[in-house]
Amino acid sequence: MLGYIWMFMIIVSFFCSVITGNIENLAISITEGADKAIKLLLSMAGVMCLWTGIMKIADKSGLTALLAKLLSPVLCRLMPDYEKGSEALQAVAANITANFLGLGNAATPLGIKAMKEMTKHNSNDTPNNSMIMFVVLNTASMQLIPSTIAALRHAAGSEQPYSILVYIWVSSAVALIAGIISAKLFGLWRKNG
Amino acid sequence: MDKLGLYAVPVFILLIVIWGGAKRTDIFESFKEGAGEGIASLLSIAPAIIGLIIAVNMLSASGFFDIVCNLLSPVTEKAGIPSEIIPMALMRPVSGSGSFAILNSIFEKYSPDSEIGKIASVMAGSTETTFYAIAVYFGAVSIKKTSYAVPAALIADLTGMIMAVITVKYL
Repeated sequence: MLGYIWMFMIIVSFFCSVITGNIENLAISITEGADKAIKLLLSMAGVMCLWTGIMKIADKSGLTALLAKLLSPVLCRLMPDYEKGSEALQAVAANITANFLGLGNAATPLGIKAMKEMTKHNSNDTPNNSMIMFVVLNTASMQLIPSTIAALRHAAGSEQPYSILVYIWVSSAVALIAGIISAKLFGLWRKNG
Repeated sequence: MDKLGLYAVPVFILLIVIWGGAKRTDIFESFKEGAGEGIASLLSIAPAIIGLIIAVNMLSASGFFDIVCNLLSPVTEKAGIPSEIIPMALMRPVSGSGSFAILNSIFEKYSPDSEIGKIASVMAGSTETTFYAIAVYFGAVSIKKTSYAVPAALIADLTGMIMAVITVKYL
C-alpha cells in the first residue's frame, strides 16, 4: 500500500514541477529531503528517548498493571462477549494501558495476543462485536504524552512543544467516545439486521 | 490551556520518579532500558521516515501542495479548516511516518506554534494509523471480513480531526 503511495508521490511531484516550471527546485529538494530527514531524526531522538525512558519507570514500578486493573470493569461492559478476568480481557487491558503510556513497542504484541485470545471463543470467520470494539479502541487510542508529536515540534523549533497537550487530550477523548458509540451502534444494527 | 500543558510535563515526570522510588524500582536502570528502546524504535522507523520525507519534500518543492490547497480552499474556507492540513489528514489513517513527514513540512512552512501548526499537531495526535492497525490486528488472526470495523474507526478519526480544529480555535 505504502509502496504505491510513495510511487504516486514521486511521479506526481515530477509532473507538477514540469507544469509549474519548478524542475530545478525539485532536483534540489531530493538531496535536501534526504539530508533533512536524518537531521530531523537526530533532533527528535532525545525527546523520544526521554519519554520511552520515563514510561519504562512507570511500567516497571507497576503503574501499567494498576491502570490495567482500573480499566477492567469498563472493558467488561465494552466487550460483553468475554468475562471479567478472562485471559482475553487481561491482554486487552495490558494493550490499552501500554498504548496510553506510549509504550508502542510493547503495545502491538500485546494487542496481537489479545486478538488471538479473543479468537479462541469465536468460531466464525467474521469477528464478534467485542473484537471489533477492541480494534476500534486501538485505532482511537489515547496517549498520555504524545511524545512523537512533541519531539517533532521541538525539532521544528517550537518554543512550547507541549502546549498542544490539553487539546490533544480533549480531542482524542471525544474521538474515542465517538468510536465507542459508533461501534456499539453498528453492532446493534448487525444483530438486528 | 497552553500553560497547563507546560506544567503537566515536569509534574508528571516528578510523580513518576517519586512513585517509582516509593515502589523500590531501580528507576535509573529502568530509565536507561526505556531510553535504549526509544533509540531502537527510532532506528526502526528511520528508513521509512527518510524515504517519506524525501517524497514529501519533492511534493512540496513541485508545487503539488499549493495546487491541492488552491483546489480545496473554497470548500475548506467555508468549514474554517486550513486547506494545508488536508493532505496530512488524508495520509494519517494510512501511514504514520507519511503523516509525520507532511506535519513536518507544515511546521517548516508555518512554524509549529502558529494556529495551523497547532491544529496539525492536535490532528496528528488525536488520530491513528487506522488502516495499518486494522490490517495488523485482523491479519494476526487471519480474519479477512472486518465487518463494520473500518467505518467505526474512520468515524473516530474524523471526529478527532474536527475536534482538533475546534479545540485549538475555541478552547
